Amino acid sequence: MIQSEAVPKPRRNVELLLLVLALAVGIGASAMVGLNSAAAFDSDFWFQSSLLAVAAFAFHIVLRLRAKYADPVILPIVVALNGLGLALIHRMDGPADDTGNNQLRWTLIAMAVSIAVIWFLKDHRILRRFTFISLAASALLLILPLVPGISAGEILGASVWIRIGPMTFQPGEIAKITLAIFFAGYLSSNRDLILLAGRKIGPIQFPRFKDLGPMITAWLVSIGVLVFQRDLGSSVLFFGLFIVMIYVATSRISWVVIGLGLILGGGFIASQIFSHVAFRIDSWINAFTPEVFGRSPGGSGQIVQGLFGMADGGLVGTGLGQGRPDLVPFANSDMIIALIGEELGLIGLFAVVMLYLLLFTHGFRAALGTRDAFGKLLACGLSFAIALQCFVVIGGVTRLIPLTGLTTPFLAAGGSSLLANWIIVGLLLMISHTARGPVDTTPLAPAAPATAASTATTEAVKRQ
Amino acid sequence: MNQAIRSSWLAAVAMFALIFGAISYVQVIGADELNANPWNQRAILASFCNDRGAIIVAGKPIAESVPGTETCKFQRKYTQPELYAGITGFFSRGYGSTGLELSLQDQLGGNSDQLFLDRMSQMFLGKQPKGASVELTLDPELQKLAYDLIPDGQRGSIVVTNPKTGAILAMVSKPSYDPNLIATHDAAAAKANYAELNQIPGISLNQNVSGPTGNLLAPGSVFKLVDTAAALNSGKYNKDSELPNPSTLPLPGSNAVLPNYAGGNCNVRETADFAFALEQSCNTPFASIALDLGQNAIAEQAKKFGFGEKFGEQLKLGQAVSVFPANLDQAELAQSAVGQRDVKATPMQIGMMTAAIANSGVQMKPNLIKTVRAPDLRVISEAKPEVLRTSTSTSIAAQITQWMTGAVSKGIASGAAVPGVQVAGKTGTAQLGDSGLNNSWFTGFAPANDPQVAVTIVIEGVDVTTGAKLTSPNAKKIFEAVLNK
Repeated sequence: MIQSEAVPKPRRNVELLLLVLALAVGIGASAMVGLNSAAAFDSDFWFQSSLLAVAAFAFHIVLRLRAKYADPVILPIVVALNGLGLALIHRMDGPADDTGNNQLRWTLIAMAVSIAVIWFLKDHRILRRFTFISLAASALLLILPLVPGISAGEILGASVWIRIGPMTFQPGEIAKITLAIFFAGYLSSNRDLILLAGRKIGPIQFPRFKDLGPMITAWLVSIGVLVFQRDLGSSVLFFGLFIVMIYVATSRISWVVIGLGLILGGGFIASQIFSHVAFRIDSWINAFTPEVFGRSPGGSGQIVQGLFGMADGGLVGTGLGQGRPDLVPFANSDMIIALIGEELGLIGLFAVVMLYLLLFTHGFRAALGTRDAFGKLLACGLSFAIALQCFVVIGGVTRLIPLTGLTTPFLAAGGSSLLANWIIVGLLLMISHTARGPVDTTPLAPAAPATAASTATTEAVKRQ
Repeated sequence: MNQAIRSSWLAAVAMFALIFGAISYVQVIGADELNANPWNQRAILASFCNDRGAIIVAGKPIAESVPGTETCKFQRKYTQPELYAGITGFFSRGYGSTGLELSLQDQLGGNSDQLFLDRMSQMFLGKQPKGASVELTLDPELQKLAYDLIPDGQRGSIVVTNPKTGAILAMVSKPSYDPNLIATHDAAAAKANYAELNQIPGISLNQNVSGPTGNLLAPGSVFKLVDTAAALNSGKYNKDSELPNPSTLPLPGSNAVLPNYAGGNCNVRETADFAFALEQSCNTPFASIALDLGQNAIAEQAKKFGFGEKFGEQLKLGQAVSVFPANLDQAELAQSAVGQRDVKATPMQIGMMTAAIANSGVQMKPNLIKTVRAPDLRVISEAKPEVLRTSTSTSIAAQITQWMTGAVSKGIASGAAVPGVQVAGKTGTAQLGDSGLNNSWFTGFAPANDPQVAVTIVIEGVDVTTGAKLTSPNAKKIFEAVLNK
């Protein structure tokens, strides 16, 4: 896994080739949607397709200039997913709807921001300086939807949106990134303390109580999100993110045990106290009982209709534009996985899930390859967040776990989610650039206390 | 640290393995079950605007697809809606399907395996897909006669079958409704109509709990045929047995008594033979038979007639299972023996019991579907008479037939008598609590020596006089209509 022994290769031409394939997926899907809706190959189609292609190639060129050792697979995967999402959202648009074009606008904005991050940040390690600023930013972002005047109020039972002019935005999506930066920064600086102190009970070493501080903080943040914003999905995501990062920082399985204990306990209490959580669980377990199916809001109609759609799709799907996803509420956002299952079939959905698997695997490879603890933690946390988000969404849609309101990265309609996930991609690309590139001998940016980086390389030897 | 990263990756991969499993389950392994779920409208929506096959009675469609609008090419239409609603059911977008529209969905919609080649050729020739048509065993004149014999506003059912083949010749119940009101493509109208129809007492748009095959009623004295068969079958009784016939029978373990009907002729005799007891429909002889034989013997005979059982797969309608309860105390057993307490039977069940007696003890599978034809009129399935079960021996059936003939020729079922024809019959009057109202029954067949037709009539919630007028005399009209053809 350590790349430094071989001569580093940029492999940007591989990326270019894959990018052409990726664009073929998205634009091809868009063409099929057009063919099936009698509005094939109109000027809109060509305009939108070329915008996506231009943005993708611009991104590619920026990588050539600024991060030429970046992983060549990540960008094509994301472009393929995003392109497919655009086609599917466009497919669900009625004559008066503008969701598809809105998604395209947000895609371009998100790619531009991601390019800007790569261009101006140059090196992900600089982010470590912003450890505590990130914490403050996270807190601010999470509180914003509750501030009167900015808050967009309660939409579909959750208060996670803010209003900026004509648009609504979900700051929690960005908080995912700032929280990851905070955790990475804090843990890379303090992991020795957390590691060495503690009491051993049986086979598990438990940390000292005061080292539990950040864990408690994370737990409180998750619970706070759940209580005040009524957003179960984000709550699970934040907490999962933190558990993985603290586990990677310490290699102690005890953290995972404590974390899972806390989340199960918190979840149980929440299900007892909050009706929206209880409804979610009820409509998961009893999805096929008539009173739960018919209940509105909080019933299982959405899940069950999604399952019907997927079952109808079967192995090969009904074909793009041929199914009846209009029977499934939110088919272009929360339930877009069910739409893929219905129209592209098991084969198409497996391909999409496989793309996500490849995406986070390459993120983890960047984490393995980079030499600084901060970068490892950040890449690992962000990659795991993508995986966990997919699991929570797809697991919810397939009734493996209760359905929560998370978005499917890059596919689902929603600007905030696109923006956040494209920034994550930018960060992963930067980290993979340092992981795969020649060893960087420039001094690290100073960070307090600067012990973490030096111990990072010996860590793998010391603790398996 | 790298080891922990690898472990985290493994955890993520494990989550994805679960996802792959869940998707496979939903889309392949469990897909059939989801597709068959009655809430799943996809199949019906996919075929909703197709040209479905017609449901045909004597060459004329009673349900057919007629040209609809530009967006939905065909609309389901019921030509004699109220007359056949209990059989056709409805085919709707918002409320699914019921009746034959539901149970013959594969044939009518053109999705059955036997229509595979037709679908292929339709596809290649670019023709509108068309389903198979289904011809029923019903006789339209008899159906109309039976329907009109139940007065409007009166709840009741009539079942007319051929006891030798199991073919259903007429099957009606009131109140009925117009399925066109729910099949309409106007969703708002369908919704309003559905709500309004469901308000009407006696109309249940759910086929499984309504109509002659779904409506469970106290059978009253027609249940005495079960007691009689059980008695003869036990060997403890024969055609000459004298049965105790007190005017009241004290119910064991309680202060209550089971009386014979005060207005009838039962009370002229202290004992009675089967012939007299059945002719006059005395209660106490049958209660004492049941107390003597025990509930298992009665329950077993009831089961042989079809209580607790289904009618067989050829009857493509919702079926309620008739009940003879278990674990009765002696008082309950005595009352159950005369078809009261918690004994419940559908009109179809009583009709099948009578048909079995008519057919030498052999019960045929009730059958509503004569032929199923592909769009090119090729017959793809045709009903053949099939035996469902043996209810009694031939000799017992013959003996009961003789007694039932007596009930019509010189007993209280005399209203069903047809000049020149031997008619076998049995009446029943099941009291509905202390309301003074009854379920009034007639079940019988004719001619007794060569049964062509079995008729079962039940009129619900009437006084004794009205019930008597609407049962046996109406049966006579149906017998005449069939036999004079």
